[in-house]
Amino acid sequence: MATLTETAPETTAPRRRRRRRAPKAGEAGGQHRAGKLTYAVLLLFTAISLFPLIWTAIAASRTNERLAETPPPLWFGGNLFSNMETAWSDANMGLALFNTTLVAGAIATGTVLFGTLAGFAFAKLRFRFKNLLMLLVIGTMMVPPQLSVVPLYMAIAKLEWIDQLQSVILPFIVSAFGVFFMRQYLIQALPSELIEAARVDGASSVRVIWHVVFPAARPAMAVLGMLTFVMAWNEFFWPIIALTQENPTVQVALTSLGRGYIPDQSVIMAGALLGTLPLLLLLLLFGRQIVGGIMHGAVKG
Amino acid sequence: MTQTGTAVDAPPSAEGGAAPKRPATEDRRQKWRSRRYRWDAKFSPYAFISPFFLFFAAFGLFPLLYTAWASLHRVELTAPTDMEWAGLHNYTRLFEDHFFWNSLWVTFTLAVLSTVPQLLMAMGLAHLLNYKMRGSSFFRVAMLAPYATSVAAATLVFAMLYGRDYGLINWFLGLFGVDEIDWKSGDWTSKIAISTIVIWRWTGYNTLIYLAAMQAVPHDLYESAALDGASRWKQFRYVTIPSLRPTILFTVVVSTIGSVQLFGEPLLFEEGAGASGGPDHQFQTLGLYLYEQGWRNLHLGRAAAIAWVMFLILVVIGIVFGLISRRLRKS
Repeated sequence: MATLTETAPETTAPRRRRRRRAPKAGEAGGQHRAGKLTYAVLLLFTAISLFPLIWTAIAASRTNERLAETPPPLWFGGNLFSNMETAWSDANMGLALFNTTLVAGAIATGTVLFGTLAGFAFAKLRFRFKNLLMLLVIGTMMVPPQLSVVPLYMAIAKLEWIDQLQSVILPFIVSAFGVFFMRQYLIQALPSELIEAARVDGASSVRVIWHVVFPAARPAMAVLGMLTFVMAWNEFFWPIIALTQENPTVQVALTSLGRGYIPDQSVIMAGALLGTLPLLLLLLLFGRQIVGGIMHGAVKG
Repeated sequence: MTQTGTAVDAPPSAEGGAAPKRPATEDRRQKWRSRRYRWDAKFSPYAFISPFFLFFAAFGLFPLLYTAWASLHRVELTAPTDMEWAGLHNYTRLFEDHFFWNSLWVTFTLAVLSTVPQLLMAMGLAHLLNYKMRGSSFFRVAMLAPYATSVAAATLVFAMLYGRDYGLINWFLGLFGVDEIDWKSGDWTSKIAISTIVIWRWTGYNTLIYLAAMQAVPHDLYESAALDGASRWKQFRYVTIPSLRPTILFTVVVSTIGSVQLFGEPLLFEEGAGASGGPDHQFQTLGLYLYEQGWRNLHLGRAAAIAWVMFLILVVIGIVFGLISRRLRKS
């Protein structure tokens, strides 16, 4: 990564020459080549994007005393692992990470599975009230979960689900966005002839789903799964209402750190780092796919 | 599915012999099969969409309606199943509460402060990323790093960066001779600080959405504009922006709805995190006010009333944007 950013300004030099040679060809909109200024601005914004994360790691590697001195630390110290250990034990971070993985995994699985089924029906099948129901799906995207939080709380209190992971899984296990995303993908990616051919061969709907729809949808399922996993991992409002410190998700555990049961700032930062690292790893591994997924979902919106 | 058993019992290999019987069973089987086929075609679409609608009904629609019912009752957190009819009492109490109107104002100002710069910057960045360049996927992924950071983690970091005495931002500003700013207790300073958290987290995401829309703009539009002698800026102004209108509207709606719900940032930005949104409630959003009433002051009924007011606000926003988009389509 570092080499990339360093070489960028150099490589613009020969390019400029090329553009001078053929001035007319590059005039059309998106085909302009980036100049030095473009790289400079983008690098600046990249730095701004990454700085708070890097500084989290810096603060997490220092002591609380060092953080309360005036030139704030701008480079790493040696306390990263001891701070992480403290956060791990004091804020129940181990359990929190395990719980969050479970919760986000279940939500992603449910969203992908049910989203693919419904998305396929809306994309390729004919049935009554189809357009009306699709409109309803899109409409539900506008309704934020905060609005139903009071009855949901009353319900889980009655069921004695407070502190139970199902209380944070079930309300999010389907998503309108998931249905919409899969529908948009399948309209294009799944040729109707393929389904008809399978139908003529006498395949039942379940077989069609299993042997035709799922294979065709796999790339989009993977992207939707990752996007949902990220959103579920970061879900904040409902978990801090429905869960307690005894059985927290990462976000709930972080809240307890921030609320000052443990006033040590470097430990707070170590906790924040622990809670963010898994997602940054995901981004590092599948960044291109996630970017593609967001862009794909957006164009059609 | 269990019916396939009968079909297997009479395999097509039954040769000769029972000649008169065969057509009958064959016929029945054929009939049964085609009926099953028709049922399958008719009902399986509903089977495929039903999980979504069942869960949505249980965890989305029903609670939303029940919120209206609960808002007409006295319900306390200590006994969330005991409801006592209160009529419009929760609403009148709400409208008399100074902090309710305060939270409305805070929500509105934070929405403007965070949405406008965020979308403008995203538009500019998308335009830059749309150039041919090296390392474009590196920039795209790097700009998504804030999106992958949770509200909690991001806010805790920014709360430190914005510290009055030892915060990095004040130290940095101090290098230029700016006096220490008390970000957390000031009125506008705290709002600005919280907006930057929102802006930081969401600019990259919106950049990608704009970039996707820009890449979908047909190329000949630019070519003919260039032939007409339009400068780069004019191409951006008269080709890119109009083509992006639906996307811009989409992002405005999504970010506005998001900012009406702002909760984690103002909750955790406060030191020792009560839910009052600062010493003078200067950054208590509607979402935070709802949480304070319901889960700190234990008045679930009143929280339900706030939720319903929020819902009405969102409906109004939806209608306004709907009208705007219709206007845009006409012109």
